[in-house]
Amino acid sequence: MATLRTPPGASDTGPSQPPGPAAAGLPLAGGGGIAGARSLRRMGRAITANRKATVGVALLVLFIFVGLFPGLIAHDNPQAEIYPRSLGPSAQHWLGTTSFGQDMFAQVIWGTRPVLLIAFGVGILATVVAMLIGVAAAYLGGAADGTLNVITDVLLVIPLFPLLIIIGSYLHGAGTAVMIAVIAATSWSYTARQLRSQALSLRSRDFLNAAKVRGERRLYVICVEIIPTMTSLLVAAFLTNALYAVLFSSSLQFIGLGDPNVTSWGTMLYWAENNEAFQTGLPLWIIVPGLCIVALGAAFALLNYAFDEIGNPALRPVKSMRVTKAGAVTTPDRHRRLRVKRTG
Amino acid sequence: MSSAPGEEVLSTGPAGSTGTMLEVHDLSVEYLMERGKVLAVDRVSFDLAAGEFVGIVGESGCGKSTLLFAIAQLLVPPATITGGSVIFKGRNMVGLTDTELAAVRWKDLSVVMQSAMNALNPVKSIQAQFADAMRAHGVTSKAEIADRSAEVLQMVGIDPVHLKSYPHQLSGGMRQRSMIAMAMLFTPDLVIMDEPTSALDVVAQRSLMVQIKELQDKLGFAIIFVTHDMSLVRHFSDRLIVMYGGVVAEYGLTNEVFESPMHPYSIGLMEAFPSIRGPKVPLTGIPGSPPNLAIIPPGCRFAARCPKVMARCEAEPPGLYRVDGRLVRCFLHEGERVQP
Amino acid sequence: MRFVFRRLGFFLLTLWVALTLNFVLPRLMPGNPALAIIGKFRGGISPQAVKVLEAQFGVGTHQNVLAQYFSYLGNVATLRFGVSLTTQPGASVGRIILDAIPWTLGLVGVTTVLAFILGTGIGILAAWRRGGYLDSLMPPVFVIMTVIPYFWIGLVLILIFGVKLKLLPYFFSYTYTLTPGFNLAFIGNVAEHAILPAFTLLITTIGIWILTMRNTMITTLAEDYVRMARAKGLPAHRIMLDYAARNAILPNLTGFAMSLGFVVGGAILIEEVFNYQGVGYLLLQAVGNDDYPLMQALFLLITVAVLLAILLSDLATAILDPRTRAAG
Repeated sequence: MATLRTPPGASDTGPSQPPGPAAAGLPLAGGGGIAGARSLRRMGRAITANRKATVGVALLVLFIFVGLFPGLIAHDNPQAEIYPRSLGPSAQHWLGTTSFGQDMFAQVIWGTRPVLLIAFGVGILATVVAMLIGVAAAYLGGAADGTLNVITDVLLVIPLFPLLIIIGSYLHGAGTAVMIAVIAATSWSYTARQLRSQALSLRSRDFLNAAKVRGERRLYVICVEIIPTMTSLLVAAFLTNALYAVLFSSSLQFIGLGDPNVTSWGTMLYWAENNEAFQTGLPLWIIVPGLCIVALGAAFALLNYAFDEIGNPALRPVKSMRVTKAGAVTTPDRHRRLRVKRTG
Repeated sequence: MSSAPGEEVLSTGPAGSTGTMLEVHDLSVEYLMERGKVLAVDRVSFDLAAGEFVGIVGESGCGKSTLLFAIAQLLVPPATITGGSVIFKGRNMVGLTDTELAAVRWKDLSVVMQSAMNALNPVKSIQAQFADAMRAHGVTSKAEIADRSAEVLQMVGIDPVHLKSYPHQLSGGMRQRSMIAMAMLFTPDLVIMDEPTSALDVVAQRSLMVQIKELQDKLGFAIIFVTHDMSLVRHFSDRLIVMYGGVVAEYGLTNEVFESPMHPYSIGLMEAFPSIRGPKVPLTGIPGSPPNLAIIPPGCRFAARCPKVMARCEAEPPGLYRVDGRLVRCFLHEGERVQP
Repeated sequence: MRFVFRRLGFFLLTLWVALTLNFVLPRLMPGNPALAIIGKFRGGISPQAVKVLEAQFGVGTHQNVLAQYFSYLGNVATLRFGVSLTTQPGASVGRIILDAIPWTLGLVGVTTVLAFILGTGIGILAAWRRGGYLDSLMPPVFVIMTVIPYFWIGLVLILIFGVKLKLLPYFFSYTYTLTPGFNLAFIGNVAEHAILPAFTLLITTIGIWILTMRNTMITTLAEDYVRMARAKGLPAHRIMLDYAARNAILPNLTGFAMSLGFVVGGAILIEEVFNYQGVGYLLLQAVGNDDYPLMQALFLLITVAVLLAILLSDLATAILDPRTRAAG
């Protein structure tokens, strides 16, 4: 195929395969595997280019660090009620103390880990379930597809939060593990739908037909060919599920259905409200944990939004063009009202 | 027609034409993408007299549809006009706002798009879509709107009962014809058509072309017709523009271009379409694929695929030369240089 | 028509699932929690009420599970939901709920519709006026708005307007020393108490409408029929409304239905924070008191309400989109 002189890397429509498994003598994983690696690389590039994505990643990394090494940052035991009660912020207590005499800063720092555990736990679990169900429905088709669809749709419609409240009430407070399980079990339906749609559109692609002709079994095709190609959508699903896990779990903790022995931002808010934090002059007890929830949620949401823009360039901010009321475009510099050029 | 050297373009038209209605001069369109600019249309010039039928042919990606939308001032970001002028009935349309263009739109210049399924509003009835065009131009009487709507539908052979239908309720051919009927509402002077037959089967294509030609004979409007199918315009167009890689490769009277193509690309195109009556000849295509317009090659854009390529072609871009009343962009026909 | 039947069938199925969940959940939990509670209050409840509770929770009956199930379904069909155990001991669950519904309907219903209309309108304008600094600033702002926990923003607003500025009331649905009545003073008082909760609900739910409407508008604006509308010389507002918005709003209506679950969740939390005597507040009270019959009935009510709203939005879609009418 004759092509014009293009500088290397300028166009990714070239026919050559990147050196990879084939060159290493490994069995080719098919179009899916290579596409998966390529899309991960593309994602990495896209993240650094997009401002929202960078902010999101930065926040997330910060929280993960705090969650992994809380002892490095806060030296007090968050549960210990050893200090004078209801102190305002000071040098010894950056955020003051609670009505029980606990150091608030320590609580916020140590409270990060349970939230992250729930976010990532539900994110992974719910996404895996959604993926299995969505892809199976798309790939198996027919009656299996129909049944799985109905199940997904019913779960979509049933109001999740009231259901979570009722389950939580029967359980008389849920520990972290139970909360992960329950939230994941009820919130996978939204992302399952999206994954099924994409899997459906992939069904008729050529590399899948090639696999079928090679005689690969269905499970193999699903795991090795389809799923790697859906990497970006899986990441988006993970982010969505993690975000809702953070919001749902904090809300459940706020109304007292969390584990009262675990310090997390949601439980802090529960105790704060029950002790009339505003009226007793401890506004930070409510403001700070809430801000943390917003920040972590924003990290997930910004990343998700950035992925949306990366996937659909039409949504990106339009730059440096003057737009008239009806959307007609004129470039703002020298080309307005062009005159007939007389060459000669 | 002014004849200052360098500005003159072909001015021959069908017998009886009365002056130039449309003058496109050095029109350039770029797509401003994040990774750089793509020059989709590069200094294209041609003119059109009243009642003329000009065909623009080329393969996918050669810029013909972009050119068309640029002429009608219907580009959408990131595409923008970056140079040249479009003088329609004495007035340059480039740079005008939609409000300023509204007076001219549809009354003097209408558009027919490729797929009526996409070009017709799916949630409005045919009647409603005709009506809002008329109301936008001052026709308010319900009776007048109803009468005219029925009239144009009959012109294209559709029973006016279908005015109440929604686009998805009509067949493909009927949808396309209603789009043409809509373009006729104000009997404009110029109708721009972007591959209006591509979505139809061969038989419907032919019948639609005949219909279009009949309407033109009856109502006298000029047509710019974009297509990738040369055989369609062979019998209907007066003049032909062959585009390649965003530039004009050849431009002349349709018959002459078909009988004796000059540009190697045009030759390749003609040879790719077998004649139904002639002797059996082996089909030859044109090897290769269109150039990547993000990177403008230093020489001729067709050089990589040209069977007659010379060393000079890859180093230096050919200008547009006038030879025997034809404009050709090829060193093989170096004549009077009309455009660099 | 077939479309309507299929939807109704789906709704009945969902309702059945909700009922079955209600039936199955207490029996799944280790040591049927209903047992203890009902045992405690058995004395103060009428025998018919006891029968209803037995079917619902499987406490102290001699029927097998399947028979209990069908009795339970029968009870629900005849609107027998039992009595409240702890919130208002002995009072009929139905009566308690009926008292709370108007408050929630007023607060949540009005605010949700307002948020949808305002949000959609702003989204349309945002997409129409692309290229300004507003366009690149707005999405991140609204993205952040959608992740703010409903209850937290309520608390912050209470802090600002209630505690610090002392501008607005924030406790209860009305000043509870007043006697309710259809007079201007009372209604004014109710409205005053509704301002903060309504505003909280508005700003938390409006973000998602703006974002999704903007995104669908942007995609719609790229369609050929919008270009055709420009070619016809139609005025800008007509293109924006008749061609772009009318098509862009269709996927939003289905999104509206799906997001109702979240609106409900938000309403519950906001009623709790403001002590607003609606259905959500009642649910949390029931949870706090282990008042299982009340809880279950409320869950059913909320499910039915969501289903009804979805049905309405389906109807709206059918009216606005002639293609769905044709399909069935």
